Amino acid sequence: MSQEYKIDIVNPEKSFLSKDDVTEVVVPAFEGEMGILKDHISIISFLKPGIITIYSKTGEDKFFVEDGIIEFKDNVLSILTSSIINLKEMEKNKIQNLLKKAEEDAGSIGISDQSKYLIDQKIEVLRSLN
Amino acid sequence: MASLDDLKKRIASVKSTQKITKAMKMVAAAKLRKAQESAEKGRPYSIKMNNIILNLSGGISDKENAPKLLSGTGNDQVHLCVIMTSDRGLCGGFNSNIIKKAKSFFSKISNEGKELKIITVGSKGNDQLKRVYGKKIIENISFKDSKNPNYFDADKVGKKIIEKFETGEFDVCTIFYNQFKNVITQIPQAQQIIPLNNVEDKNSSDESYEFEPDEDEILSNLLPKNISTQIFRAMLENSASEQGSRMSAMDNATRNAGEMVDKLTIEYNRSRQAAITKELIEIISGAESL
Repeated sequence: MSQEYKIDIVNPEKSFLSKDDVTEVVVPAFEGEMGILKDHISIISFLKPGIITIYSKTGEDKFFVEDGIIEFKDNVLSILTSSIINLKEMEKNKIQNLLKKAEEDAGSIGISDQSKYLIDQKIEVLRSLN
Repeated sequence: MASLDDLKKRIASVKSTQKITKAMKMVAAAKLRKAQESAEKGRPYSIKMNNIILNLSGGISDKENAPKLLSGTGNDQVHLCVIMTSDRGLCGGFNSNIIKKAKSFFSKISNEGKELKIITVGSKGNDQLKRVYGKKIIENISFKDSKNPNYFDADKVGKKIIEKFETGEFDVCTIFYNQFKNVITQIPQAQQIIPLNNVEDKNSSDESYEFEPDEDEILSNLLPKNISTQIFRAMLENSASEQGSRMSAMDNATRNAGEMVDKLTIEYNRSRQAAITKELIEIISGAESL
């Protein structure tokens, strides 16, 4: 029996990625990283800034996301996100720009605890990439 | 009757107008293809988003404490209408259709004695509405600088709306836009986005989901995003409609100009012929009288 399932990543402008030979996906869910294998229970969750790792027959792909929602149902994983970048295409100065922006945001006053948490996460991830 | 010279000038001017409308039609056709493509590409996102929200709201246990964006504030006294139009003219009935639809909605609201607030997106709508409803317009947003609709812009509008909702400035929010059906048909739409009324198709799945974190938290995170998504979708539909409408309007204009040129040419030839005949008669009768 095959252990593969389908993944769809869409952003508002277009369908970003669609693959049907995925064996495992690790997503940075809001309450911690989560690995999804075939026949996982139906789940809805949302993402914090982090790295999505997709393991498939053809190798592994890594993507940086800032936010998003995931839905897993009937062996189809849908990821809705407005900001996703393939790590291979991500250049050093782009990371630095994002990092700088995030640090500025973190320094601003009057942000809620939740957004502070998200920004801190983002900074941490970006630093590790840098 | 106009003199030959006048006719010649008129023919020339109609011809040059025709050239312009023809060029505009070509440009609109090229842009339409792109706009249509991006509208189609954007569809999966909003459909999936809608599905998830449907599944979520079906699974929510505590209806009383559901987020306000979903269930509303409990009354519908203040209506906010977001009128989405284009920034450019010369696109046939595109803007007027939206405005017509909106105006009939406005009068319905004011007949019911409810308060009305308007946000216009795109300068053409603002131009048409400000004479009558100037005082009701609380904001005018225009994206003249961005060539194509992008999510970032939609998100800005969405955030503004949510901000106003949270400060209690309105109870119900409706967006007006043109839905793209095909090049000749665009249907003006009024879509209520706050509160979300998606009761009609509850038949989705009864399948139970696992939520992480819990439903409420996901919902309160998702609903604002959904607003932006809906607005973005409306923007995409609108831009496809705008180009389609412009294309058919310019097509008509080109055809009309062609007809006019034909008519004028016939008139020109006739009067030229008449002038020649007149001259001949003059010469002949002059010769006869000798």
